[in-house]
Amino acid sequence: MMWAVLLGTSVFCFAIKLLGHYIPETWLSHPRLQRINALIPISLLSALIVAQGLVIKTHIVIDHRLAGVGVALAALLAKMPFPVVVVSAAVASALAYHLH
Amino acid sequence: MAKFPRDTFRDSLSVSLTVGAYGVAFGAASIAAHFSVLQTCLFSLLTFTGASQFAAVGVVAAGGAGLSAVAAATLLSTRNALYGMQMSPLLKVRGLKKIAAAHVTIDESTGVALAQTPRGTEAMRTGFWLTGLGVFIFWNIFTLLGALGAKALGDPASFGLDAAVPAAYLGLLWPRLQTNFLRLVAVASMIFALAITSWLPAGLPIIMSVLMAIAFGWREV
Repeated sequence: MMWAVLLGTSVFCFAIKLLGHYIPETWLSHPRLQRINALIPISLLSALIVAQGLVIKTHIVIDHRLAGVGVALAALLAKMPFPVVVVSAAVASALAYHLH
Repeated sequence: MAKFPRDTFRDSLSVSLTVGAYGVAFGAASIAAHFSVLQTCLFSLLTFTGASQFAAVGVVAAGGAGLSAVAAATLLSTRNALYGMQMSPLLKVRGLKKIAAAHVTIDESTGVALAQTPRGTEAMRTGFWLTGLGVFIFWNIFTLLGALGAKALGDPASFGLDAAVPAAYLGLLWPRLQTNFLRLVAVASMIFALAITSWLPAGLPIIMSVLMAIAFGWREV
Protein backbone atom coordinates (compact mmCIF):
# COMPACT_ATOMS: atom_id res chain seq x y z
CA MET A 1 0.00 0.00 0.00
CA MET A 2 2.88 2.39 0.79
CA TRP A 3 4.20 2.24 -2.78
CA ALA A 4 0.69 2.74 -4.20
CA VAL A 5 0.21 5.86 -2.04
CA LEU A 6 3.63 7.21 -3.07
CA LEU A 7 3.12 6.61 -6.79
CA GLY A 8 -0.56 7.63 -6.83
CA THR A 9 0.19 10.88 -5.02
CA SER A 10 3.14 11.65 -7.29
CA VAL A 11 1.24 10.95 -10.52
CA PHE A 12 -1.88 12.93 -9.59
CA CYS A 13 0.00 15.89 -8.11
CA PHE A 14 2.21 16.17 -11.19
CA ALA A 15 -0.79 15.80 -13.52
CA ILE A 16 -2.48 18.71 -11.76
CA LYS A 17 0.63 20.87 -12.03
CA LEU A 18 0.99 20.07 -15.74
CA LEU A 19 -2.72 20.60 -16.41
CA GLY A 20 -2.39 24.14 -15.07
CA HIS A 21 0.29 24.90 -17.67
CA TYR A 22 -1.97 23.77 -20.52
CA ILE A 23 -5.35 25.26 -19.71
CA PRO A 24 -6.28 28.79 -20.75
CA GLU A 25 -6.21 31.33 -17.97
CA THR A 26 -9.94 31.97 -18.22
CA TRP A 27 -10.96 28.40 -17.34
CA LEU A 28 -10.28 28.45 -13.63
CA SER A 29 -10.82 32.14 -13.09
CA HIS A 30 -14.42 31.83 -11.87
CA PRO A 31 -14.48 33.73 -8.55
CA ARG A 32 -16.31 30.92 -6.71
CA LEU A 33 -13.73 28.37 -7.82
CA GLN A 34 -10.90 30.66 -6.74
CA ARG A 35 -12.46 31.29 -3.33
CA ILE A 36 -12.97 27.58 -2.67
CA ASN A 37 -9.50 26.77 -3.94
CA ALA A 38 -7.98 29.27 -1.53
CA LEU A 39 -9.85 27.71 1.39
CA ILE A 40 -9.05 24.05 0.63
CA PRO A 41 -5.55 24.09 2.20
CA ILE A 42 -6.97 25.73 5.33
CA SER A 43 -9.74 23.12 5.73
CA LEU A 44 -7.49 20.15 5.00
CA LEU A 45 -4.62 21.29 7.24
CA SER A 46 -7.10 22.00 10.05
CA ALA A 47 -8.61 18.52 9.73
CA LEU A 48 -5.11 16.98 9.59
CA ILE A 49 -4.15 18.71 12.86
CA VAL A 50 -7.07 17.18 14.76
CA ALA A 51 -6.82 13.83 12.94
CA GLN A 52 -3.21 13.45 14.04
CA GLY A 53 -3.34 15.28 17.35
CA LEU A 54 -6.64 14.12 18.83
CA VAL A 55 -7.73 10.97 17.02
CA ILE A 56 -6.64 7.33 17.04
CA LYS A 57 -8.33 5.33 14.27
CA THR A 58 -11.97 6.47 14.67
CA HIS A 59 -11.90 7.62 18.30
CA ILE A 60 -11.15 10.96 19.88
CA VAL A 61 -8.28 10.35 22.30
CA ILE A 62 -6.73 12.99 24.55
CA ASP A 63 -3.14 11.99 25.28
CA HIS A 64 0.47 13.21 25.29
CA ARG A 65 0.10 14.51 21.70
CA LEU A 66 -2.23 17.28 22.87
CA ALA A 67 0.51 18.61 25.16
CA GLY A 68 2.75 18.86 22.10
CA VAL A 69 0.15 20.61 19.95
CA GLY A 70 -0.63 23.00 22.82
CA VAL A 71 3.03 23.96 23.14
CA ALA A 72 3.22 24.39 19.33
CA LEU A 73 0.28 26.78 19.52
CA ALA A 74 1.98 28.75 22.30
CA ALA A 75 5.22 28.89 20.28
CA LEU A 76 3.36 30.19 17.21
CA LEU A 77 1.60 32.83 19.32
CA ALA A 78 5.05 33.85 20.57
CA LYS A 79 6.11 34.21 16.89
CA MET A 80 8.72 31.46 17.12
CA PRO A 81 10.18 30.12 13.84
CA PHE A 82 8.93 26.82 12.40
CA PRO A 83 11.77 24.56 13.64
CA VAL A 84 11.31 25.83 17.21
CA VAL A 85 7.56 25.15 16.96
CA VAL A 86 8.05 21.55 15.82
CA VAL A 87 10.90 20.70 18.20
CA SER A 88 9.22 22.21 21.27
CA ALA A 89 6.07 20.25 20.44
CA ALA A 90 8.09 17.04 20.19
CA VAL A 91 9.85 17.68 23.50
CA ALA A 92 6.60 18.50 25.33
CA SER A 93 4.87 15.43 23.92
CA ALA A 94 7.78 13.12 24.73
CA LEU A 95 7.87 14.47 28.31
CA ALA A 96 4.13 13.90 28.72
CA TYR A 97 4.48 10.41 27.24
CA HIS A 98 7.22 9.38 29.66
CA LEU A 99 5.68 11.04 32.72
CA HIS A 100 2.37 9.34 32.10
CA MET B 1 25.53 35.27 -13.25
CA ALA B 2 25.96 39.01 -13.57
CA LYS B 3 22.68 39.16 -15.47
CA PHE B 4 20.68 38.05 -12.43
CA PRO B 5 19.04 40.93 -10.66
CA ARG B 6 20.62 40.81 -7.21
CA ASP B 7 17.40 41.33 -5.28
CA THR B 8 15.61 38.55 -7.15
CA PHE B 9 18.52 36.23 -6.42
CA ARG B 10 18.40 37.13 -2.73
CA ASP B 11 14.62 36.58 -2.54
CA SER B 12 14.89 33.19 -4.21
CA LEU B 13 17.75 31.96 -2.07
CA SER B 14 16.23 32.99 1.26
CA VAL B 15 12.89 31.39 0.39
CA SER B 16 14.60 28.22 -0.86
CA LEU B 17 16.61 27.80 2.33
CA THR B 18 13.80 28.54 4.76
CA VAL B 19 11.21 26.40 3.03
CA GLY B 20 13.68 23.66 2.18
CA ALA B 21 14.39 23.26 5.89
CA TYR B 22 10.75 22.22 6.41
CA GLY B 23 11.81 19.07 4.57
CA VAL B 24 13.24 17.82 7.88
CA ALA B 25 9.71 17.79 9.32
CA PHE B 26 8.38 15.95 6.28
CA GLY B 27 11.16 13.36 6.41
CA ALA B 28 10.39 12.69 10.06
CA ALA B 29 6.61 12.61 9.52
CA SER B 30 6.96 10.12 6.70
CA ILE B 31 9.15 7.81 8.78
CA ALA B 32 6.67 8.10 11.67
CA ALA B 33 3.97 6.93 9.23
CA HIS B 34 6.15 3.84 8.54
CA PHE B 35 7.32 4.77 5.05
CA SER B 36 10.90 3.69 4.31
CA VAL B 37 13.76 6.17 3.86
CA LEU B 38 13.75 5.44 0.11
CA GLN B 39 9.99 6.02 -0.19
CA THR B 40 10.31 9.21 1.86
CA CYS B 41 12.99 10.58 -0.46
CA LEU B 42 11.00 9.56 -3.56
CA PHE B 43 8.02 11.50 -2.19
CA SER B 44 10.07 14.69 -2.13
CA LEU B 45 11.65 14.01 -5.53
CA LEU B 46 8.49 12.95 -7.38
CA THR B 47 5.53 14.54 -5.61
CA PHE B 48 7.40 17.73 -4.66
CA THR B 49 4.56 19.77 -3.20
CA GLY B 50 4.97 19.98 0.55
CA ALA B 51 1.45 20.21 1.94
CA SER B 52 0.29 17.29 -0.23
CA GLN B 53 3.20 15.13 0.89
CA PHE B 54 2.34 15.88 4.52
CA ALA B 55 -1.30 15.03 3.81
CA ALA B 56 -0.51 11.71 2.13
CA VAL B 57 1.68 10.44 4.98
CA GLY B 58 -0.69 12.02 7.52
CA VAL B 59 -3.70 10.05 6.31
CA VAL B 60 -1.63 6.85 6.31
CA ALA B 61 -0.43 7.61 9.85
CA ALA B 62 -4.06 8.19 10.90
CA GLY B 63 -4.86 4.67 9.70
CA GLY B 64 -6.68 5.82 6.56
CA ALA B 65 -7.02 3.88 3.32
CA GLY B 66 -4.50 4.38 0.53
CA LEU B 67 -7.17 5.92 -1.67
CA SER B 68 -8.01 8.49 1.02
CA ALA B 69 -4.33 9.39 1.29
CA VAL B 70 -4.00 9.96 -2.46
CA ALA B 71 -7.30 11.90 -2.58
CA ALA B 72 -6.32 14.22 0.29
CA ALA B 73 -2.92 14.91 -1.29
CA THR B 74 -4.46 15.54 -4.71
CA LEU B 75 -7.10 17.92 -3.32
CA LEU B 76 -4.38 19.87 -1.53
CA SER B 77 -2.46 20.26 -4.79
CA THR B 78 -5.29 21.73 -6.87
CA ARG B 79 -3.98 25.23 -6.18
CA ASN B 80 -0.87 24.32 -8.19
CA ALA B 81 -3.08 24.20 -11.30
CA LEU B 82 -3.99 27.84 -10.68
CA TYR B 83 -0.30 28.69 -10.31
CA GLY B 84 0.56 26.89 -13.56
CA MET B 85 -2.18 28.78 -15.33
CA GLN B 86 -0.61 32.07 -14.21
CA MET B 87 3.01 31.04 -14.83
CA SER B 88 2.59 29.43 -18.25
CA PRO B 89 2.05 32.66 -20.26
CA LEU B 90 5.00 34.20 -18.40
CA LEU B 91 7.50 31.36 -18.93
CA LYS B 92 6.61 30.49 -22.56
CA VAL B 93 8.52 27.18 -22.57
CA ARG B 94 7.97 23.89 -24.42
CA GLY B 95 8.91 20.23 -24.25
CA LEU B 96 11.18 19.10 -21.43
CA LYS B 97 11.44 22.63 -20.06
CA LYS B 98 7.65 22.67 -19.77
CA ILE B 99 7.76 19.41 -17.80
CA ALA B 100 10.43 20.86 -15.51
CA ALA B 101 8.48 24.09 -15.10
CA ALA B 102 5.35 22.15 -14.16
CA HIS B 103 7.24 20.07 -11.61
CA VAL B 104 8.57 23.14 -9.79
CA THR B 105 5.23 25.00 -9.92
CA ILE B 106 4.57 25.36 -6.19
CA ASP B 107 3.56 28.05 -3.67
CA GLU B 108 7.08 29.43 -3.35
CA SER B 109 8.19 29.61 -7.01
CA THR B 110 4.91 31.25 -7.98
CA GLY B 111 5.01 33.56 -4.95
CA VAL B 112 8.54 34.81 -5.63
CA ALA B 113 7.78 35.19 -9.37
CA LEU B 114 4.70 37.31 -8.63
CA ALA B 115 6.61 39.35 -6.04
CA GLN B 116 9.10 40.33 -8.80
CA THR B 117 6.34 41.96 -10.89
CA PRO B 118 7.66 45.52 -10.33
CA ARG B 119 11.12 44.40 -11.50
CA GLY B 120 9.85 43.20 -14.88
CA THR B 121 9.16 39.99 -16.78
CA GLU B 122 12.78 38.78 -16.88
CA ALA B 123 13.07 39.08 -13.08
CA MET B 124 9.79 37.19 -12.69
CA ARG B 125 11.07 34.32 -14.83
CA THR B 126 14.39 34.26 -12.98
CA GLY B 127 12.56 34.30 -9.65
CA PHE B 128 10.37 31.38 -10.69
CA TRP B 129 13.22 29.16 -11.86
CA LEU B 130 15.71 30.02 -9.11
CA THR B 131 13.14 29.51 -6.36
CA GLY B 132 11.67 26.36 -7.92
CA LEU B 133 15.07 24.72 -8.35
CA GLY B 134 16.39 26.08 -5.05
CA VAL B 135 13.47 24.71 -3.04
CA PHE B 136 13.74 21.43 -4.95
CA ILE B 137 17.39 20.99 -4.00
CA PHE B 138 17.08 22.00 -0.34
CA TRP B 139 13.71 20.26 0.20
CA ASN B 140 15.20 16.97 -0.97
CA ILE B 141 18.41 17.30 1.04
CA PHE B 142 16.50 18.14 4.21
CA THR B 143 13.95 15.37 3.61
CA LEU B 144 16.79 12.84 3.61
CA LEU B 145 18.26 14.34 6.80
CA GLY B 146 14.86 14.28 8.52
CA ALA B 147 14.20 10.70 7.46
CA LEU B 148 17.61 9.47 8.63
CA GLY B 149 17.25 11.39 11.90
CA ALA B 150 13.80 9.96 12.63
CA LYS B 151 14.98 6.46 11.69
CA ALA B 152 17.86 6.79 14.16
CA LEU B 153 15.52 7.91 16.97
CA GLY B 154 13.20 4.91 16.82
CA ASP B 155 9.78 4.76 18.55
CA PRO B 156 7.88 7.91 17.34
CA ALA B 157 5.89 8.42 20.57
CA SER B 158 8.98 8.13 22.75
CA PHE B 159 10.59 11.12 21.01
CA GLY B 160 7.42 13.13 20.51
CA LEU B 161 7.38 12.60 16.74
CA ASP B 162 3.67 11.77 16.84
CA ALA B 163 3.01 15.30 18.14
CA ALA B 164 5.65 16.95 15.93
CA VAL B 165 3.57 16.04 12.87
CA PRO B 166 0.33 17.85 13.88
CA ALA B 167 2.55 20.67 15.17
CA ALA B 168 4.08 20.89 11.69
CA TYR B 169 0.59 21.08 10.15
CA LEU B 170 -0.24 23.85 12.59
CA GLY B 171 2.96 25.64 11.55
CA LEU B 172 1.95 25.33 7.89
CA LEU B 173 -1.59 26.53 8.62
CA TRP B 174 -0.64 29.47 10.84
CA PRO B 175 0.65 31.94 8.21
CA ARG B 176 -2.50 31.33 6.11
CA LEU B 177 -4.85 32.53 8.88
CA GLN B 178 -4.64 36.22 8.06
CA THR B 179 -8.26 37.25 8.65
CA ASN B 180 -10.98 36.36 11.16
CA PHE B 181 -12.94 34.73 8.35
CA LEU B 182 -10.03 32.39 7.56
CA ARG B 183 -9.62 31.61 11.29
CA LEU B 184 -13.33 30.77 11.41
CA VAL B 185 -12.94 28.39 8.45
CA ALA B 186 -10.03 26.67 10.25
CA VAL B 187 -11.92 26.24 13.54
CA ALA B 188 -15.09 25.10 11.76
CA SER B 189 -13.08 22.52 9.77
CA MET B 190 -11.50 21.17 12.97
CA ILE B 191 -14.86 20.85 14.74
CA PHE B 192 -16.45 19.28 11.65
CA ALA B 193 -13.62 16.75 11.25
CA LEU B 194 -13.83 15.79 14.93
CA ALA B 195 -17.63 15.58 14.84
CA ILE B 196 -17.66 13.02 12.00
CA THR B 197 -14.64 11.05 13.25
CA SER B 198 -16.65 8.32 15.02
CA TRP B 199 -18.92 7.65 12.03
CA LEU B 200 -16.46 7.43 9.15
CA PRO B 201 -13.47 5.22 8.38
CA ALA B 202 -10.13 6.74 9.47
CA GLY B 203 -8.81 9.29 6.99
CA LEU B 204 -12.17 10.17 5.42
CA PRO B 205 -12.94 13.04 7.85
CA ILE B 206 -9.79 14.72 6.52
CA ILE B 207 -11.09 14.64 2.95
CA MET B 208 -14.64 15.53 4.00
CA SER B 209 -13.31 18.74 5.54
CA VAL B 210 -13.14 20.06 1.98
CA LEU B 211 -16.94 20.46 2.33
CA MET B 212 -16.18 23.28 4.76
CA ALA B 213 -13.99 24.98 2.14
CA ILE B 214 -16.84 24.66 -0.37
CA ALA B 215 -19.48 25.90 2.10
CA PHE B 216 -17.46 28.92 3.22
CA GLY B 217 -16.19 29.73 -0.28
CA TRP B 218 -19.56 29.44 -2.01
CA ARG B 219 -20.58 33.05 -1.49
CA GLU B 220 -18.46 36.16 -1.34
CA VAL B 221 -18.00 37.51 2.18
